[in-house]
Amino acid sequence: MRKSRERPGELFMGVLLAACALAAVVFLLLIALYLILAGLPAIRKAGLGEFLLGTVWDSTNAEAPRFGILPMLLTSLWGAAGAVVLGVPVGFFTAVYLAKAAPRPLARVLRPAVSLLAGIPSVVYGLVGMCALVPALRAALDLPAGDSLLAAVIVLAVMILPSVIDLTTTALEAVPREYEEGSLALGATEAETWLRVSAPAARSGIAAAVVLGVGRALGEAMAILMVAGNVPNMPGLLRSVRFLTTGIAIEMNYASPGSLQRQALFSIGLVLFVFILLVNLLLNRTLKGRKGA
Amino acid sequence: MKEKDIIKARNLDFFYGRAQALRHVTAAIPAGRVTALIGPSGCGKSTFLRTLNRMSDLVEGTRVEGSLTFHGEEVFSPNVDVTELRRRVGMVFQKPNPFPMSIYDNVAYGPRTHGRWNRAALDDIVERSLRAAAIWDEVKDCLKKDALGLSGGQQQRVCIARALAVKPEVLLMDEATSALDPISTARIEDLILELREHYTIVMVTHNMQQALRVSDKTAFFLLGELVEIGDTETLFSMPRDKRTEDYITGRFG
Repeated sequence: MRKSRERPGELFMGVLLAACALAAVVFLLLIALYLILAGLPAIRKAGLGEFLLGTVWDSTNAEAPRFGILPMLLTSLWGAAGAVVLGVPVGFFTAVYLAKAAPRPLARVLRPAVSLLAGIPSVVYGLVGMCALVPALRAALDLPAGDSLLAAVIVLAVMILPSVIDLTTTALEAVPREYEEGSLALGATEAETWLRVSAPAARSGIAAAVVLGVGRALGEAMAILMVAGNVPNMPGLLRSVRFLTTGIAIEMNYASPGSLQRQALFSIGLVLFVFILLVNLLLNRTLKGRKGA
Repeated sequence: MKEKDIIKARNLDFFYGRAQALRHVTAAIPAGRVTALIGPSGCGKSTFLRTLNRMSDLVEGTRVEGSLTFHGEEVFSPNVDVTELRRRVGMVFQKPNPFPMSIYDNVAYGPRTHGRWNRAALDDIVERSLRAAAIWDEVKDCLKKDALGLSGGQQQRVCIARALAVKPEVLLMDEATSALDPISTARIEDLILELREHYTIVMVTHNMQQALRVSDKTAFFLLGELVEIGDTETLFSMPRDKRTEDYITGRFG
């Protein structure tokens, strides 16, 4: 009998699969390479310290442009952290409800509805935020303008909810029934069982949900562009702020090709890329690494 | 006077939807003894076991009729505190099901659930429970290790320790050795004989030899009916009912 690998069909499929996998990796490497090549010159000109830790971003000043991205860096960090602090607990409890507490027929309706929420384009979230949330914040907090870090955090929190809920629900549903029975048989209530047995048992899935949420919050541009005000201030909850992502989006269409300003925007892209990579690595280590402990 | 029968069922019916799983079961479980429930698959013995601590509630669409009492109190009365019932009537499952946490936390889970968080008291409960379950010597140096890293037989003894940690009066064992190898099974059987001194044990088993070895009393179920219940030796040597005789002599099942 011939080995299946030696049949021509198998060989073709093998080559096709390998080629696709290779293409994906090559594209990724090319993007990374391009970012590094395009982003490094401006960083070199401004100096890495001044670029990362400078607090003034004045890219269009004709005489002495300043390229300090610390305000945007911190805004992105606080924005993502705020979205996670707000969104993850709500998402977690929603998931516990959907996976464990909700009556089956209700859960069957709610789960697809939540997934649908994930499919709403981010510009729509931004639009709703701009037209409803921002004026509401201005009125409620008596501000001159409602565009702020707070508005962006709320929009981001809502945006990460669907994926957090979806992943967490799936993780909780995968917890073996025997664990829960063991807990109930000891006289624990259902709520105790969910929080003290089911959730820890599902922690690697829940960690994945948090990582995904952080990634989405850090990478989002469109929705927060519409509600954050976009002034490159140092972050404050009620101040107008600019994120790394929105910093690129705003200036790209009027930065002239070859200018230092344009190169600096690529540098922001490079920083964002490295930043997200680091945060993901860190979260994966700390959240998922505990599994066997 | 010390109460003789700790659990009494009288004309107990149990339904999963329309399907009737128990038919007019009348039985008395003696305190401080080992009672074995035997019978072919689907005969209702596990269902009966799960009514005793109301784990049967977990299945939706079930219905109970008749009477089941624990210390003279109706188990299915709406006034019963189910968590307290389950604390007093503990359970060990067919498949060892330690929680995915440390051995210590597994055993401490029950006491913590019932409000004991004092570290010294917990240490004491954990040690005594693990000793009672005859596993202390094997795990005393690795209490912080994941319980899932233990062998199947060790896991099952940790589960027994976990059940003992809340100081139950009754221990229900649902085919607790059927997923284990013969050596682990023998250890658990020895353990059951030791535990008999302090607890009332009700065990479901597929293994008639096991029922003979460890139980004082045996109940034979068939098609949801309790065909016969009596002293183990008598039931196996001189069954009163023809169906019992056919089953224990291996003519069916």
